[in-house]
Amino acid sequence: MTDWPILSLVTFLPTLGAAFILLFIRGDAADVAQRSRATALWVSLSTFLVSLLLWVDFDTTTASFQYVQKIAWIPSLGISYHMGVDGISMLFVILSTFLTPICVLASWQSVQTRVKEYMVAFLVLETLMVGMFCALDFVLFYVFFEAVLIPMFLIIGIWGGANRVYAAFKFFLYTLAGSVLMLIALLTIYFEADSSDIPTLLHHSFDPDLQRWLWLAFFASFAVKVPMWPVHTWLPDAHVEAPTAGSVILAGVLLKMGAYGFLRFSVPMLPFATEFFTPLIYTLSIIAVIYTSLVALAQEDMKKLIAYSSVAHMGFVTIGIFTLTQQGLQGALFQMLSHGIIASALFLCVGVVYDRLHSREIARYGGLVHRMPVYAAMFMVFMLGSVGLPGTSGFVGEFLILVGVFQVNSWVAMLATTGIILGAAYMLYLYRRVIFGKLTKDDLKNMLDLSPREIAVMAPLIVVTLWMGIYPAPFLAVMDASVANLISEHKTAMEAIKAVSLAAR
Amino acid sequence: MYALAVFLPLIAAIIAGLGGRWLKDSGAQFVTCGALLASAAISIYMLFDVAVGGNPQTVELFTWISSGTFEVTWALRFDQLTAVMMFVVTVVSAMVHVYSIGYMHHDPSIPRFMAYLSLFTFFMLMLVTSDNFVQMFFGWEGVGLCSYFLIGFWYDRPAANDAAIKAFLVNRVGDFGFALGIMGVFFLYQAVSFDEVFAATPELSKATIHFLGAEYHALTVLCILLFIGAMGKSAQLGLHTWLPDAMEGPTPVSALIHAATMVTAGVFMVARLSPMFEYSPIALSLVVVVGASTAFFAATIGLCQNDIKRVIAYSTCSQLGYMFFACGVSAYSAGIFHLTTHAFFKALLFLGAGSVIHAMSGEQDMRKMGGLWRLIPLTYTMMWVGSLALAGLPFFAGFYSKDMILESAFAAHTGLGTYAFWLGIAAAIMTAFYSWRLLIMTFHGSSRADEKTLAHVHESPKSMTIPLLVLALGAIFSGFVGFDYFVGEHMAEFWGKSIFVMEGNNVIEAAHHVPFWVKALTIIVVLGGIGLAYAMYMGAPNSPARFVAAIRPVYLFVYNKWYFDELYDRIFVRPAFYLGRGLWKEGDGALIDGLGPDGVTAVVRNLARRASALQTGYVYHYAFAMLIGVAGMVTWYLYGQTG
Repeated sequence: MTDWPILSLVTFLPTLGAAFILLFIRGDAADVAQRSRATALWVSLSTFLVSLLLWVDFDTTTASFQYVQKIAWIPSLGISYHMGVDGISMLFVILSTFLTPICVLASWQSVQTRVKEYMVAFLVLETLMVGMFCALDFVLFYVFFEAVLIPMFLIIGIWGGANRVYAAFKFFLYTLAGSVLMLIALLTIYFEADSSDIPTLLHHSFDPDLQRWLWLAFFASFAVKVPMWPVHTWLPDAHVEAPTAGSVILAGVLLKMGAYGFLRFSVPMLPFATEFFTPLIYTLSIIAVIYTSLVALAQEDMKKLIAYSSVAHMGFVTIGIFTLTQQGLQGALFQMLSHGIIASALFLCVGVVYDRLHSREIARYGGLVHRMPVYAAMFMVFMLGSVGLPGTSGFVGEFLILVGVFQVNSWVAMLATTGIILGAAYMLYLYRRVIFGKLTKDDLKNMLDLSPREIAVMAPLIVVTLWMGIYPAPFLAVMDASVANLISEHKTAMEAIKAVSLAAR
Repeated sequence: MYALAVFLPLIAAIIAGLGGRWLKDSGAQFVTCGALLASAAISIYMLFDVAVGGNPQTVELFTWISSGTFEVTWALRFDQLTAVMMFVVTVVSAMVHVYSIGYMHHDPSIPRFMAYLSLFTFFMLMLVTSDNFVQMFFGWEGVGLCSYFLIGFWYDRPAANDAAIKAFLVNRVGDFGFALGIMGVFFLYQAVSFDEVFAATPELSKATIHFLGAEYHALTVLCILLFIGAMGKSAQLGLHTWLPDAMEGPTPVSALIHAATMVTAGVFMVARLSPMFEYSPIALSLVVVVGASTAFFAATIGLCQNDIKRVIAYSTCSQLGYMFFACGVSAYSAGIFHLTTHAFFKALLFLGAGSVIHAMSGEQDMRKMGGLWRLIPLTYTMMWVGSLALAGLPFFAGFYSKDMILESAFAAHTGLGTYAFWLGIAAAIMTAFYSWRLLIMTFHGSSRADEKTLAHVHESPKSMTIPLLVLALGAIFSGFVGFDYFVGEHMAEFWGKSIFVMEGNNVIEAAHHVPFWVKALTIIVVLGGIGLAYAMYMGAPNSPARFVAAIRPVYLFVYNKWYFDELYDRIFVRPAFYLGRGLWKEGDGALIDGLGPDGVTAVVRNLARRASALQTGYVYHYAFAMLIGVAGMVTWYLYGQTG
């Protein structure tokens, strides 16, 4: 364990890079663009390398927070700058730092306007994402959690597609509604427990009645972020209008914030309410899995299809979290990572053809395999990951979740398992229409296969997809202790509540 | 060394798949065929060492998934049952690899084809060597994936793409059951490795499980769920629709995947899980009913198909039914015996059919064939051998294994056993009939092909005929040689602990002592079927048409494959798309967005518009509003004073 503040370094290194770009990169437009890109790439790559140290030194035997750093921030209110990671959050930090350089590289050519600002936005976004996963003070958390929306909002609103204003606005409206309620909940917690320190709050027991209200307030915010049915409709629009790299971050990291929130706040702090509302979560998640899979089947726009598939996959995650079993929770965490990789990769795949033809309409394509065999092969790997084929990361997460939920409720397990049939249906159908078939359309006949840069973007994602599928043990080991602790704390808390209610009688 | 046999095909697949551009066609063929031949050699050695020599072993590789008590390792289990399966898989696969050199030589993407074949073999070997349920599922889905790749190998053809997707999805329906079964197994046993599960089964034989809101006998539920997986993979009644369509793939694929190996995975699964199935009479009964019904049903469809490959495909479906009902009456070893012999003669038939198609420049419709026997005599002979073995005439492979199954069903002396026996006999007549119908339509009579095709007819190259000869050896001798080991006097030592049969369920023993008429009947019905085919198609070539006209409704029903495809299209496929579109446009669009963000926007905008309508710019409007305001305030103040 090191003494230097590695988490702060990982968090703020990208901001330093952004500041550097803003302050020092001047000159003529093309030059600025090129140097901004290069700087952003190097900064994000080094951030990623530094963040890997987190994993190297990570102690998998303990559930407590590691690399902790605590500095008084607003002493009068007891609010501090408190950072730290545990087995639940650590891999998400790495996921964020892993995806950012990929995003920078993926935007190398597709973004040509305001390149400097674009790169700055991404680096700032990285800081905010990483900070959100590391924050151990809920005021700090709330700042990061909400601030993430700003660069994302800008990325969609400035570099997005034709209908970007509507999408950015819808995105904002949904998330704002949730945020307000969460703020109220956080304030209530603060006045109730007299602390904003998350590790302290994890051991505070709230009154069962209050728990329900707090839970619902958190739910309003997290459910939008996940997104859960029926508050998911912002996602397809946001994805469709976002630039490719924006979609990658949105699917890869931002969608994980909601589920992470459930794991950090709702489940450990509000055990009674969690158990009380579990049927609600199951119901909404199953609807999400089946409903959005069917909707995905009918889509005509590639990005929308993948966006809907994200909702279905995240439905599995919420089911897994609320099983409160070792397999279910680890599966949910694993599925979040896996989806972060695979959905990102699928959006990159769409981006590749979008850059060439400027259309996302499925019917515009067909027979791409003839001209783009490498692309077809890579797309195939990610498609199979999305379908949850054993040997890819998608399988491990999905299957662990199902194993977990079967122990709790076989109805939920059965209905959720239908997702593996429907998931295969819409993905294979998509692949068939885009990649297979005869090459008949003229403008497709001179499409170029992947460039070396594009291969460099995709290759790491393939490696991780297969690695997580064939040898997921290192990932699962990181989560193990924290998840086990979460479950045992939950059990203790529930017993305490039962004891109190018995005594009250 | 045995692990090498499993991984050689994978290595070859990776080399041929990624390095195809540099290796060129011949390099890819060399690498994959070499790897497979080596793998087959190791497997043959293993058959003697492990099965005949009684030396089972397990090779542990590394941890796969570990989450709490859910522990899965990558491990290769080489026991007797595995040894038999590996022998079948690698030998047939090696032959198919070699055959493909000749068959596919016109194709532009040979490396890709060879890589897929090898990759398939790897997954199949992972399936049969699996040591736990999850790894079996890995192999299971992996072979399904390769099947999808290979059915859709000619991706230009819409029919091939449709068939590929259909195969994957129907299999996924089966896997839905399989996956739930695995979850249930973990729930009941807190373990997923075969050893732990089988060891705990006797204790848990009376356990119950709470499933979908009711309490059931646990093993029955689990076995039925797992069996749904087997039904999907082995194309049993209800989930069979993908198999005939899978014939869109190249013929070597049909021989390897859709006849000899992958589709038999379901039978293998039931045999592998015999320690569980044995404790659930209800699940076994289901296996019998499904198997026997499929044997009969698929044979009826086989009677009137005109595509040479589809006839053989339905025949495969039907033969798989035999294997299943054998397992269902606890004659697992007879089922696996038939699996083995069937792999040889069915691969032979398919590759023979491929040789015919190759000769006919790609024509598959038997109505456009005829009179070929003089032109391709070797292929003709091979098809005879295959048909004789399939029909089960004495001393050919099928005779030993199929009769064993029918006798076991008879000897079971249960209602369902008898049901299976008679349906099996009926299917045997039909099998003989459609086999000789195929032979006669293809090779005899006057040719119905056009001049150009006919001029081009030629015997296949050596790379194709040598595999045919090897498989023909298997089709002739495998029954005779294997009988004593698989189901005869050495049975107990041969299988060791890999197959479990409960005391009192030992029907194989009883099957050796069935009355003579049973043994005779099976041969008589086959001869009858052959005779009928000759009478109808050679003796009176007009009679089939007249007969069909006489029973037209029945014929149409059978010809249209009992309308399963149409039914599924109506109740699953179309509603799914219809629902998807409806939920998207109405659910997401009108309802959620309408009440949600768009609704809020509309309300806000509406209010804003009304508010802005007040700002007309006319002074008297404002003055009027002020006046009303003042009046209102004064009134309110006065009320306040008095009240």
